[in-house]
Amino acid sequence: MGSDRGKTSGSVMVVGAGIAGMQASLDLANSDYYVHLVDKLPTVGGMMARLDKTFPTNDCAM
Amino acid sequence: MISPKLVEVGRHLNVNIITNSEIKSVEGEPGNFTVTLVNHPRYIDPVKCTGCGECAMHCPVTAVNSYNKGLDDRRATFIEYPQAVPLAFGIDTDTCIGCGLCENMCVAKAIRYDDTERESALTVGSIILAAGSQGYDPSKLDFLGYGKFANVVTSEEFERILSASGPYRGHLCRPLDREEPKKIAWLQCIGSRETNKCGNGYCSSVCCMYAVKEAMIAKEHAHGDLDCAIFNMDIRTFGKDYEKYYLRAKDKDGVRFIKSRVHTVVEIPETGDLTVRFVNEAGEILEETFSMVVLSVGLQVPETSKILAQQLGIELDKYSFVETDPFTPVSTSRKGVYTCGVFQGPKDIPGSITEASAAACAAGSDLAVARGTDTKVIEMPDQQDVTAETPRIGVFVCNCGINIGGVVNVPAVTEYAATLPFVAYTDQNLFTCSQDTQDKIKEKIIEHKLNRVVVASCSPKTHEQMFMETLEACGLNRYLFEMANIRNQNSWIHSKTPDIATQKAKDLVRMAVARSAMLKQLNEKVISVNKQALVIGGGVAGMNAALGLGKQGFQVALLEKDASLGGYSRMLHHTIEGGDIQKYLKDLIADVIAHDKIEVITGARVVDFSGYKGNFTTSVLVGPENKKRTIKHGIIIVATGAGEYTPKEYGFNQDPRVVTQVQLGDILEEKGAADLSSVVMIQCVGSRNEENENCSRICCQNAVKNALIIKKQNPEANVFVLYRDIRTYGLMEDFYKEARNLGVIFIRFEPENPPKVEPAAEGMMVTIKDHILQKNLEIRADLVTLSAGMVAEDTTELCGIMKFNRNPEGYFIEAHVKLRPVDMPGDGIFLCGTAHGPKLITEAIAQAQAAASRATTFLSKSEIKLSAITAQVDTEHCVKCLTCVRSCPFNVPVFNTEKQVIEIDEAICHGCGICAGVCPRQTIQLNYYEDDQILCKIDALLAGGM
Repeated sequence: MGSDRGKTSGSVMVVGAGIAGMQASLDLANSDYYVHLVDKLPTVGGMMARLDKTFPTNDCAM
Repeated sequence: MISPKLVEVGRHLNVNIITNSEIKSVEGEPGNFTVTLVNHPRYIDPVKCTGCGECAMHCPVTAVNSYNKGLDDRRATFIEYPQAVPLAFGIDTDTCIGCGLCENMCVAKAIRYDDTERESALTVGSIILAAGSQGYDPSKLDFLGYGKFANVVTSEEFERILSASGPYRGHLCRPLDREEPKKIAWLQCIGSRETNKCGNGYCSSVCCMYAVKEAMIAKEHAHGDLDCAIFNMDIRTFGKDYEKYYLRAKDKDGVRFIKSRVHTVVEIPETGDLTVRFVNEAGEILEETFSMVVLSVGLQVPETSKILAQQLGIELDKYSFVETDPFTPVSTSRKGVYTCGVFQGPKDIPGSITEASAAACAAGSDLAVARGTDTKVIEMPDQQDVTAETPRIGVFVCNCGINIGGVVNVPAVTEYAATLPFVAYTDQNLFTCSQDTQDKIKEKIIEHKLNRVVVASCSPKTHEQMFMETLEACGLNRYLFEMANIRNQNSWIHSKTPDIATQKAKDLVRMAVARSAMLKQLNEKVISVNKQALVIGGGVAGMNAALGLGKQGFQVALLEKDASLGGYSRMLHHTIEGGDIQKYLKDLIADVIAHDKIEVITGARVVDFSGYKGNFTTSVLVGPENKKRTIKHGIIIVATGAGEYTPKEYGFNQDPRVVTQVQLGDILEEKGAADLSSVVMIQCVGSRNEENENCSRICCQNAVKNALIIKKQNPEANVFVLYRDIRTYGLMEDFYKEARNLGVIFIRFEPENPPKVEPAAEGMMVTIKDHILQKNLEIRADLVTLSAGMVAEDTTELCGIMKFNRNPEGYFIEAHVKLRPVDMPGDGIFLCGTAHGPKLITEAIAQAQAAASRATTFLSKSEIKLSAITAQVDTEHCVKCLTCVRSCPFNVPVFNTEKQVIEIDEAICHGCGICAGVCPRQTIQLNYYEDDQILCKIDALLAGGM
């Protein structure tokens, strides 16, 4: 723990593990922060994991 | 598309996934919050559960499958979908009868009937709320018949109907009789743009696009001619290239778009068909019968999110979206708490991903001093060199509970593997992926001096990385690993024929062993990262990107071609919400100039560029003296911006009474609206036409914004907006409604019948055909205001030097329109603001913060390890035909004219293998997938005698 750090934590909590929550978590974790990704459901993925294909490329959402 | 992200968060060492949990309270200060979580019981231990699915297979209870929106069933013991992360089942205690069958069947001993609700605590510095949305429930709109007529479904249900993993396995069926529909109607704005019945006055921003998509996909799935009709008020395809998509659906795929209000949907009991009664633009009441009706439901903040906001003390707006400021789009009312995605406001996936990165930037900036203090690192032992050794292969065959073992004779496969060449050790495991098996594999590698490992189990997509790490953990090169998929590609599909499945497993193992013997150890090149950033463009986007990086502690060179900062925003006065742009800009410029990490270089022109991610070199000529400077940097953020289109239409530049919206903004700022008695605004000038097919996104709100200013300052003034579709998406719909309430008159026209503008005795005369009256209207105006679209800055010279790709309209092309909206195709290069496409200042700020976040993922590391899977050229046998140069989608192979050879830079090679495939002399090999390493598998297969 550096002296300039004081009481600052190096962790972030992200609430909601849909595509936005996952992207925020990955950016932070890949920038050397520790992430707690919390979701009320048993699975991450959110609404996007419930879509068939996505516009405008018609790629499979899953 | 989402699967790789699921796997990445699931496997990331520094992402701790906490499912089945909610926030109870948040105490403390920004930088040091204490969070109390409520962890609801799952009744199956996610650590022990291997996802084999035996529990669900034996569960006798049928429950409604909420994943498929109630259109089919699942068991009480369930997993939402096969790709779920964590790959662990759970028990739905609402339906579980507690029979104990799953507990008896679970070989991993993961069932915990006595699981209870617990509380746990976390210490975090920042919080990001990405709680998302749910589809509007149309049950209470009784005139639509949802819940009453089986063939009226929501768009969310229709997504599942179309999906291959959905209730009908992707066959286009209607729920009532599982017949394929012949005619489908989509009804737009269900639960959006309506305050009387549902209370959601906002536009949900995504429904037009998904309805177009669903219609196109439904047509693809249909066996005959499927008639698709979309009933709408306005079609709002305002995103980047979305208009082209809409035109394709309309003109090429024949999807019908009907401007109307739907009155009722009534079922014809004999057939289950539905009669849609609607009012067309001319005011006539019409009826049309469809086999199925899809309700395009809007996005809505769920009750649970409202409670969450309350617990955190976060202010919400009247629709329960998080209250944010136009200039700080991801900051909530509580310091240290940020938001993104649909909880912030209705938006599509690229918008959500952009904002997510922006929130990550903001959350990380607050904690920059503590970066890396909580993260975990795995220390790997030094690698041993096994190049000279004879292959000693270890084969581990997985039972996957009884997923494989229940079909394939695993002991026989294991015995067979022992007879194969170079195999030094074999074993079988209950679950090869479990943590204790990893320890066992490590033990056996050391004990038997194994220098190659084969695992015969499931898919490398989900498990290869993990096994490779196990090899690395005992000093073995990760590329000396091979997998045989004897589950997904064997036991699951040949479950009725175990003998054949066992034989196939043997074949797959023989092939894997053959390849394993041919594998070479590969060294991943490590490159250093220069921690300086280069931002090109000193407008609002570029400045925010520079500040985002500066706050994270990185040195930034900010290039601006003009003599001063500010860009296009210098021409703008207020956002539609009333935010003072000039004040914001002044403060922003002051912050940027004062920041000790940011060096502003104005009057700069890029003249030379070279390098790759982590190590770029850019030369610029600066100032009137053209002083040359060379900057070394690790990443690039492109923020070159866009400007207002200069109209050629409607006598602009010929008559001073014809102005653009930006000019009208100036007039209103300087003189106000007191002396205006009649203003006509014409939309889509320079947009949605042959020259520029796309929508410019910002012009509708611009018109509404200026119309409101006029009406508020001078209620007597007449304001007419001549439009094609009003696209005040998201929360801006309220301003459109306000404008109508204040008496602004909106008149729709078709592109074939544009308005005519002519000078008249007093002012200008505008003639327009009114659809409702079916008559030409003549409107006198003091001012005709053209809602001119956006045009990308001319970046031809820059792109010639830096080799960036632009679309035909001159906007930069992102790496992936959906999932990587801020990344450019080249690694280490990012994009933000209107250089990416037309957008509002708020959206440009969010994307700029996002670009800073994406760049931070590079700059926070001192070095980057490159994948060893890259293409190598055998220059001795290469005939320099240049086929590879022409075929590479990333422009990596180049012909070095000095040395007269083809060169492939491993630092920028993506390892896709296209060059290796197309090389007519087979002089290009892709590491880990060399021709011999593939062909030996085929030889091994044929050696078994097919």
